Amino acid sequence: MTDYNFAYLDEQTKRMIRRAILKALAIPGYQVPFASREMPMPYGWGTGGVQVSAACLTPGDTFKVIDQGADDTTNAVSIRKFFEKTARVATTEETARASIIQTRHRIPEEALSEDQILVYQVPIPEPLRFLEPSEVETRKMHALEEYGLMHVKLYEDISQHGAIATAYAYPVKVEGRYVMDPSPIPKFDNPKLSMAAIQLFGAGREQRIYALPPYTKVVSLDFEDHPFEPTKAAHDCDLCGAADSYLDEVIMDDAGGRMFVCSDTDYCRARRAAGHIGAQGAPYEEATA
Amino acid sequence: MQTEALTGGFADTPTQSAEAFRAVMRVMARPGTIERIMGALPPAPLSNAAGAVILTLCDPETPVHLAGAADTPAVRDWITFHTGAPLVERARASFALGTWQALLPLDSYPIGSAEYPDRSTTLIVEMPQLSQTGARLTGPGIETTAALSLPEGTAFQRNAALYPLGLDFLFTSGDHLAALPRSTRVEGH
Repeated sequence: MTDYNFAYLDEQTKRMIRRAILKALAIPGYQVPFASREMPMPYGWGTGGVQVSAACLTPGDTFKVIDQGADDTTNAVSIRKFFEKTARVATTEETARASIIQTRHRIPEEALSEDQILVYQVPIPEPLRFLEPSEVETRKMHALEEYGLMHVKLYEDISQHGAIATAYAYPVKVEGRYVMDPSPIPKFDNPKLSMAAIQLFGAGREQRIYALPPYTKVVSLDFEDHPFEPTKAAHDCDLCGAADSYLDEVIMDDAGGRMFVCSDTDYCRARRAAGHIGAQGAPYEEATA
Repeated sequence: MQTEALTGGFADTPTQSAEAFRAVMRVMARPGTIERIMGALPPAPLSNAAGAVILTLCDPETPVHLAGAADTPAVRDWITFHTGAPLVERARASFALGTWQALLPLDSYPIGSAEYPDRSTTLIVEMPQLSQTGARLTGPGIETTAALSLPEGTAFQRNAALYPLGLDFLFTSGDHLAALPRSTRVEGH
């Protein structure tokens, strides 16, 4: 006997969230309102993702949490421990072994399979919010498919910077209908949004759930003469040598020293374990992992 | 109320409803797939799958409409005892349950509004059987094409044409479950 119901939330709350998830899957990209609950962590720490994960978890699941790609940051560690304690599910850091992956601001480098579920923590679900503060107005804009303002914003990027300067939370159009905020993932990850796994997005403070079923058509907004370009730092990972992964820049000292490392820690670890070594890397040892 | 209304619910609600929901989510996310869903033993004429869907998704916040032969005192008592869902007419229903013929016509259910397309009815259609044959399905959740033994074709084409408004369908037969969200395009039958 534990002091919590399985996965923390009471059953009626889970049913409410589950109904919202099903409508979200039926209308890809549309933000379904839900009655977000107080969670034992502050808004902004992934309460939306946590509620979606709680509504999806079964005792047989293996759960993984990443924050900016890393399994070992505070947010990821505390959410993983939360579900170890309240749902007693198995946890892992290996992408391929996880059945549910909760993520903040990254899509894992390794392609996900049909049996996996990716749960995003979303701060601001409304892609038009910084252009139009009124919820009444943005809801009407979605209803009327009136997305001109978003194109004006991207155009202003071009006129000021010569290119679309939006680098994360890059807006996408889902199945030719809804413009959606993919959460603040780097635009490097946008092409991966059409994938084999089920993708669920939870925004706790803003009380919205939205979803992408597998293989949903997701197109990053752009212009014919300024096509969408996924970008990353022009380096290889200094630890594992990967040329194809998204990199974090790490400041090493006060003299301008820096290194670039994979933001996906599990991807980097697996590559180093397989013998790949980057420019500043050392041979992989299990004990140091 | 007969005492049979008190039996046939989930024995371990948190675990069984979580597993049942995952089956419902998988079929809704991948139209054309068929899953087993278990844990409920509802009174006749409800299938075990329909019973499990009701137990998993319905509560006092979700008005349920029982269509045709599904509207029996035993079914009413069972749903009321296990979920507390109010039993209502079509126009107010979050969920509607019955055979395809009993559920028709489809234009009597809410299809949502332009601002809130999610405020539409989910129909639970009791089927004699389910197989991955018949109508050709394309759309979100389907890599190339899928097939599902739908009761007819045109009604679902008309429903898909309402997108993003429209009804969503769960099909139940024995302990098997399939789904057809409004986003799926239906050809041939």
